[in-house]
Amino acid sequence: MKLTLKIWRQKNANTKGELKTYPIDGIEGDMSFLEMLDVLNEGLINKGDEPVVFDHDCREGICGACSLQINGEPHGPDRLVTTCQLHMRMFNDGDTIVIEPFRAKAFPVIKDLVVDRSAFDRIQQAGGYISVNTSGNTIDANTIPINKHDADESFEAATCIGCGACVAACKNASAMLFTSAKVSQFALLPQGRIEATERVLNMVAQMDKEGFGNCTNTGACEIECPKGISLENIARMNREYLSASLKG
Amino acid sequence: MSKLDSKIPKGPLADKWTNHKNEINLVNPANKRNIDVIMVGTGLAGGSAAATLAELGYNVKTFCYQDSPRRAHSIAAQGGINAAKNYQGDGDSNYRLFYDTVKGGDYRSREGNVYRLAEVSANIIDQCVAQGVPFAREYGGYLDNRSFGGVLVSRTFYAKGQTGQQLLLGAYSAMNRQINRGKITPYNRHEMLDLVIVDGKARGIIARDLVTGKIERHSAHAVVIASGGYGNAFFLSTNAMGSNATAAWKIHKRGAYFANPCYTQIHPTCIPVSGEHQSKLTLMSESLRNDGRIWVPKKKEDAIAIREGKKKAIDLSAEERDYYLERRYPSFGNLVPRDVASRAAKERCDAGFGVNKTGQAVFLDFATAIERYGKEQAAMHGNHNPSKEEVTKLGKEVIENKYGNLFQMYEKIVDENPYESPMMIYPAVHYTMGGIWVDYNLQSTIPGCYVTGEANFSDHGANRLGASALMQGLADGYFVLPYTIGDYLASDIKTGKIPTDSKEFDEAENKVREQLDMLINNKGTHSVDHFHKKLGHIMWNKCGMARNAKDLESAMTEIRALREEFWRDVKVPGEMNEMNAELEKAMRVADFLELGELFAKDALHRNESCGGHFREEYQTEEGEALRDDENFMYVAAWEYTGDPGKEVLHKEELEYENIEVKSRSYK
Repeated sequence: MKLTLKIWRQKNANTKGELKTYPIDGIEGDMSFLEMLDVLNEGLINKGDEPVVFDHDCREGICGACSLQINGEPHGPDRLVTTCQLHMRMFNDGDTIVIEPFRAKAFPVIKDLVVDRSAFDRIQQAGGYISVNTSGNTIDANTIPINKHDADESFEAATCIGCGACVAACKNASAMLFTSAKVSQFALLPQGRIEATERVLNMVAQMDKEGFGNCTNTGACEIECPKGISLENIARMNREYLSASLKG
Repeated sequence: MSKLDSKIPKGPLADKWTNHKNEINLVNPANKRNIDVIMVGTGLAGGSAAATLAELGYNVKTFCYQDSPRRAHSIAAQGGINAAKNYQGDGDSNYRLFYDTVKGGDYRSREGNVYRLAEVSANIIDQCVAQGVPFAREYGGYLDNRSFGGVLVSRTFYAKGQTGQQLLLGAYSAMNRQINRGKITPYNRHEMLDLVIVDGKARGIIARDLVTGKIERHSAHAVVIASGGYGNAFFLSTNAMGSNATAAWKIHKRGAYFANPCYTQIHPTCIPVSGEHQSKLTLMSESLRNDGRIWVPKKKEDAIAIREGKKKAIDLSAEERDYYLERRYPSFGNLVPRDVASRAAKERCDAGFGVNKTGQAVFLDFATAIERYGKEQAAMHGNHNPSKEEVTKLGKEVIENKYGNLFQMYEKIVDENPYESPMMIYPAVHYTMGGIWVDYNLQSTIPGCYVTGEANFSDHGANRLGASALMQGLADGYFVLPYTIGDYLASDIKTGKIPTDSKEFDEAENKVREQLDMLINNKGTHSVDHFHKKLGHIMWNKCGMARNAKDLESAMTEIRALREEFWRDVKVPGEMNEMNAELEKAMRVADFLELGELFAKDALHRNESCGGHFREEYQTEEGEALRDDENFMYVAAWEYTGDPGKEVLHKEELEYENIEVKSRSYK
């Protein structure tokens, strides 16, 4: 395959960036999108140019490090995959592919395609945990039976990999899907109910402080989410938030 | 030759850990506030230890190269975590988990450590459930279990195919709680580049901020390395792209002995290599072997026809298939340990029965399981005479529920539907049992420098059983290190802050700067990846699943030559004082190029086959690994003396008092 890549290049957070054009040849369908970028970078290095920097690590769709806005879509045209699992067979010979970083006020660009997603860490630090000591002096695991349906739903919410595609997909750059997934995981478990009120209030407050936008229910986040995190989580968080506010 | 003191407590096996905990020194809560600990790595071992130490009152600084602790590669562990809970009532016990692990490791691990691991395993599950880890459950609301290789009980707890992710998020949430309290200061996108030793004790690290390129000094009263394994020395592995041995290798060069580097796990069920562009290999969880049957064609002409695309797997009848694991190992069948399964796949492929284009693949087939589950489901729904289509449909639903995400991953990568035709798999480098030598307290040969998780060597011997890595990481982090490190830190309550303006910090920082400068200014002709791939080829071809003296000798020579070429000719674009991914890689590959040579040297010296270390010269008539207990029942701990090819060997003899050492059989 022969392709034309238009890639966002930006030296650092303090400089302006721009799209630069790179023709590339010899791309095979079996390559992952990131392997295609590896080929590009090897060529750039050999020519004496600076390679394109992008976040990536596990390359098996689970660490959440890879990002990339590909032709306007977070993680590109395929569904339920991260960029590292997107394969070049999704593209055709002669295509032009525009590659940009995830765009959001709360995700400033660090360099080229790398953005700072530490806002997500801070939302979790605000309450995304159960306050249990790790001493091991807890009760036997099977003394807390949990309805399989709730346990499975909690698991589904917990499959969020924190990549930020939901924010990048949203016209308001809202982090509601991410935050609600974490709130839901705990809200659905008896262990997590104990601190549910404070948790939702603190996490939402932090989310707002980070400069994420409001949710206007367009549902773009759910469509682009590589893990298929459901909008139901947002509805659940809204319920939790409302009842917590009334209690508070 | 010095004698390594493993500091295994005296007394009966089952009492050792309890007695030890009763005897070691404690630090009172007020004094803990005056003590700093550095944690390098935030996966299961590092994240859990950081959270626990902070909770106890120590001031913890965590370092990870990722942008968030949550992305450490523990996250990619799929299948599960072992614990001797005996929830299934199938005869499990601490002793049995201990026994399975020692046998699985081919009698090359320490009894005391492994028993402790088994002893605390049940507690891990309690802890994780309390933290909100959403493990799989049965309809009655209780925890579900499945079975893994090398054992005859079901003791594996799991969260679909994402157990590592859920456990790591649990440890990360415990960390977050402490970050929120100000007890952990996280340094993300930071890489440790050297250890600082003051008066013989580990007192700090030199780290590079990967965003600004700034070199930083951090001091502490103790340094814990939890930075994972060195599988990426092979270039292609199931490790993350950034997984590296740098922290471990740097402490090795500062005096920590490196144990059993040649013990590497080649995992049998990975997606085969598709081409030269391949950047990493993807694991298909061992849990699939609960339901998948592994086979190749019985007749070579069928294998050739499949390779050429003239026949398909489903064209072959049951009689035309060789379920070679079931044939060779009737009692464990498809659930033999990983080293055994990998070698058996290699044997069939080398003999010409491999099935994909390259001939380097075997089938992992779910058709039998789909049929079995389908019939069961139909009966449960009152349909006692279901059609074939009904059975297949119901059976596929069960398989999807159990392994859906793995099947989806396979389909995305290979572009074939594994519900319709069997998966093709081949072994790949996955885990390193070898690592920094530590005593029972997880302390390396450098006082104050502790090593946990995959980065140490301690619990898995020559082969790790499935679902035991998560167990060890969390056992070390939640329940072992927080006790044992207190024993050491008790003498530091009056030390006060460790200053970073000492000559030791100057020396370490200058050394790091020198190395970085050299790489940036080298202006050679080849990229870092060029050298890394070459190293990977040598490692895979000569230090891989089957090794022999001649190849290992030439591997040592070739790696040495490649290392020299690297330093002469590597090209690292960009600058030091900025985000520079190539420079990060260069530093890591420089270390792999040293470690690789020691790896080969260790494999060459070990004139026996055991676990993941298979020397072609030492095998039984049936092709099984042949140990030499008389001469090699020891841990090989290597001391760096300035040249990885000339390291000095120290031996820790292994003693088995509670288990009968015999030849390992899964037949």
